[in-house]
Amino acid sequence: MITLEHLTRRYDDSTVVDDVSMVIEPRTITTIVGTSGSGKSTLLRMINRLVEPTSGRVLIDGRDTRAEPAHLLRRRIGYAIQGLGLFPHRTVAENIATVPRLLGWDEARVRARVDELLGVFQLEPGAYAAKYPHELSGGQQQRVGVARALAAEPQLLLMDEPFGALDPIIRAKAQDDLLDIQRRFGTTVILVTHDMDEAFRLGDRVAVMSRGRLLQYDRPAQLITQPADPFVSQLIGSTDRSLKLLSLTTAGEAAEPGATDGPTVQSSASLRDVLAELVWSGATVAKVVGPDHAVVGRLSLASILARGRRAT
Amino acid sequence: MKHGALILRLAILGVLLAFLAAPQAFAPLFAPLNNYGAPAIYDQGNLLSLAISHLVTVLAATAASTLVAVALGVFVTRPAGAAFLPLSRTLVNVGQTFPPVAVLAITVPLVGFGQTPTLIALFAYGLLPIFENTIAGLESCPKPVLEAADGMGMSAAERLRSVELPLAMPLILEGVRLSLVINIGTATIGSTVAAKGLGEVIIAGLLSNNTAFVLQGGLVTGLMAILLYDGMRLLERRFVRGSV
Repeated sequence: MITLEHLTRRYDDSTVVDDVSMVIEPRTITTIVGTSGSGKSTLLRMINRLVEPTSGRVLIDGRDTRAEPAHLLRRRIGYAIQGLGLFPHRTVAENIATVPRLLGWDEARVRARVDELLGVFQLEPGAYAAKYPHELSGGQQQRVGVARALAAEPQLLLMDEPFGALDPIIRAKAQDDLLDIQRRFGTTVILVTHDMDEAFRLGDRVAVMSRGRLLQYDRPAQLITQPADPFVSQLIGSTDRSLKLLSLTTAGEAAEPGATDGPTVQSSASLRDVLAELVWSGATVAKVVGPDHAVVGRLSLASILARGRRAT
Repeated sequence: MKHGALILRLAILGVLLAFLAAPQAFAPLFAPLNNYGAPAIYDQGNLLSLAISHLVTVLAATAASTLVAVALGVFVTRPAGAAFLPLSRTLVNVGQTFPPVAVLAITVPLVGFGQTPTLIALFAYGLLPIFENTIAGLESCPKPVLEAADGMGMSAAERLRSVELPLAMPLILEGVRLSLVINIGTATIGSTVAAKGLGEVIIAGLLSNNTAFVLQGGLVTGLMAILLYDGMRLLERRFVRGSV
């Protein structure tokens, strides 16, 4: 569990982060979203002490982060940034091995971990381990950047706009990969983004920041139905908030028991996608199937519409 | 193309070594250049040993410049040393602006004739390119790369050793190469204060109006400069391999 207590950072006269307190549950993804200059990156960088707070403190599992030298703290916390910062003079394998080597792992363990991570990120070790970063595509570089951040099995992973430089298709794939990996390793992830859709898609909880202040920190559905501040509703947008709400629930979660012969949708699809499919096909009921093609249940148009309605 | 260049370099090296090992064999080539039956090949000292001490003087001076300039360049790019950047730059610039001849004139009364004043002059003259290139190299390290190094928990020393210096190395080596080549030529003036070197041959030629001597001293110096330049280029290329 990560606890931020009254974190404030001032530079000369301007307050970049203003009295932010929040508690982040372990093994969840928290996204911090805001416009540029909202202080979201500074907030993130205070967690691994790349920026020292002017006042306030950070506790990780109850322990003050200032209890040890900053560089030792950072070796226990994964860190991935936009533009990746891969070391251009080191191979993919050497890049990934950075933190394990700093921690003094023996070579056999380092090599095993590097090969494992290359496998997890779908980079065949034989083909990619000895390559240099500039020989990889943007998407591959991004995966190496995340693999490097995860190399020493950190319980906490900080990500600062990690997908900012990717095109939309690779970006969606990278987001899926992150969700998979977070489930697989149970890592606590804190991710900064300016993209509201990304924040909603990835975050178990979303923190909205503006001008250094934390405006709202809540579950995505809560942000849509009960925005705490006009800026939050503005950021979410009012024109398609019903659809945003639908996109937070999967067909599997909303399916009702029963059989039907309507169009087939995957249980992992969002209600927004199911609705689109129903509008397209003209049907009123969809058949929900699991990954093994077994029927999970049915979803009627009326039940989807009810879930997108404003909570009363 | 690449093969041709390599063969040319090996040929230059071969000619240079052959000439230094057996200069008299080349006498017919140089004979037409002088009058009155003066010797065609420098005979007041061993050319090979002069070339070697010339090279040793230059290498020693450049090694010292490299140590000092790189250390200074690293220091003024650290947060603690940033305030010293203008001062260091001025000092190093003075070293370059001050003509080596003038340095000799000043140092001889202090340290006497011989190798030492030449070493001092070359050391001061060679600082600037290495210093400026060290700074340029360290400052050219991409910001995200440095931030990643910090974010992963490298200490300042680890970051310098395993990220900044390797990334700056091509530029630092380029500075060393410039200093080395400049100093090979400049070192000839050391002979005016009795340092052993190829300048001796040139000066002897000028004093006795012996064009063959002047040419021999100049050619050997020039060929050594070319070979050192190429050798350093090869070394630099090894370091560029990984970087973008």
